[in-house]
Amino acid sequence: MAAKITYGDVEVGTELPTQTFPVTRATLVQYAGASGDFNPIHWNEKFAVEVGLPDVIAHGMFTMAEAIRVVTDWVGDPGAVVEYGVRFTKPVIVPNDDKGATVEVSAKVAAKLDDNTVRVDLTATSAGQKVLGMSRAVVRLA
Amino acid sequence: MALDQSFVGRSYPPTDPYEVGREKIREFAEAVGDANPAYTDPEAAKALGHADVIAPPTFVFAITFKAAGQVIEDPQLGLDYSRVVHGDQKFAYTRPVRAGDRLTVTSTIEAIKSMAGNDILDIRGEVHDETGEHVVTAITKLVSRAGG
Repeated sequence: MAAKITYGDVEVGTELPTQTFPVTRATLVQYAGASGDFNPIHWNEKFAVEVGLPDVIAHGMFTMAEAIRVVTDWVGDPGAVVEYGVRFTKPVIVPNDDKGATVEVSAKVAAKLDDNTVRVDLTATSAGQKVLGMSRAVVRLA
Repeated sequence: MALDQSFVGRSYPPTDPYEVGREKIREFAEAVGDANPAYTDPEAAKALGHADVIAPPTFVFAITFKAAGQVIEDPQLGLDYSRVVHGDQKFAYTRPVRAGDRLTVTSTIEAIKSMAGNDILDIRGEVHDETGEHVVTAITKLVSRAGG
């Protein structure tokens, strides 16, 4: 593995560059096709409202995929991720307009572990709400 | 009605192999807007020490979730899928998924809990390649909301 960041260069509390990811209805349709998850709550407003949602919501797995980019962009090698887990706490609501929604992800090193690995805690919010809880990755550094 | 605890520990037969293709990885990386060249350029992936392009960390969910369908649709278990939401997702990687892998998934019911009328089901998917090497473990927590 070829991480760009070395274990010696990080400390507990080191912050990773924050990123903001756009999500539109088109994004969700594209993700549905690529992932094979065609649940209509992710593209059909009528269906979403009928099952009690305020509007179409993003796939939780889409949000999970965006959030880890803060880690993989930082470390360089996506293969350096050893563990990754999230809890889906609130949906990302994606209105049918030109803007859609955004997911903002920040992260910091929460612990230095054995074998050149660190635990990174992630925070993902959309429209001011925390959308992922217990969001953590363990990544192996150089 | 609470799910039967005796299903905890039950494993389902391994799935047929899923062959991971370079273009499928590219399609997924584009769908999540991730331009990391390790997903699309074999030379870039090799420079990082990988045998071929690798898949984004959450790519494997499509394979493990399909495999979890064996559990979800098991009529003996009797999960009401229309009430199911995805609660948690976790992955533990031995190595990244890469193009050319032929992956099989063995799903096991890890835990069944009942809280405030909700059924909470943890499904563990163990993913192995064609040589039998472990690639990744996926833990999927599904919550079947109480009937209203």
